[in-house]
Amino acid sequence: MNSYELMVIFTPVLSEEDFKASQKKYADLIAELGGASVHSNPWGLKSLAYPIQKKTTGIYWLLEFTGPSDLNEKLKIQLLRDEQVMRHMITRLDKYAVEYNYVKRNGGFAMQDKEKQEA
Amino acid sequence: MAKNEIKYLTAIKQEKPKKKFCRFKKYGIKYVDYKDVDFLKKFINEQGKLLPRRLTGNSLKYQRKVQDAVKKARQMALLPYVTDLLK
Repeated sequence: MNSYELMVIFTPVLSEEDFKASQKKYADLIAELGGASVHSNPWGLKSLAYPIQKKTTGIYWLLEFTGPSDLNEKLKIQLLRDEQVMRHMITRLDKYAVEYNYVKRNGGFAMQDKEKQEA
Repeated sequence: MAKNEIKYLTAIKQEKPKKKFCRFKKYGIKYVDYKDVDFLKKFINEQGKLLPRRLTGNSLKYQRKVQDAVKKARQMALLPYVTDLLK
């Protein structure tokens, strides 16, 4: 059971409830395929650094989940088929990354951020 | 004696370059998050290109992690591929 992180950019024309619906859809899909979603973090509408498909803004969504290694392939098929999804990326999290996400979620980085700032 | 050669009484003290250190080893940062854009901006120049190790002072292991993180951020449109951003 490796831990992964899925980041998805939806088209900006997506309404709020569609956004929630697709979030739920993918979270359920992962659960159904034998994974477990750890933490969902929708960023919402953000401007992109460069236009994708002629659009300059996108709705970001981040999901950290654990699952068997063959889950990603099936997930990718669904993501590619969905035309609301402009771009997606699944990254594998090693133990430092999982710990980093955990500490960041619980606000443990106040001190380290200060170091990074002045470093 | 060239006309414009100025003679100083005491030698000019060359400003010793600051000792570079690998910030990842010093502060024990183990994971470079590709979502942490303003931290990654320290490692790219105005055109959005990756800074070499001799400027960032990173050790090889962490420079590669930064490189992967920047490329992932570029893929997910968090960082531009090429720009003249006034950082």
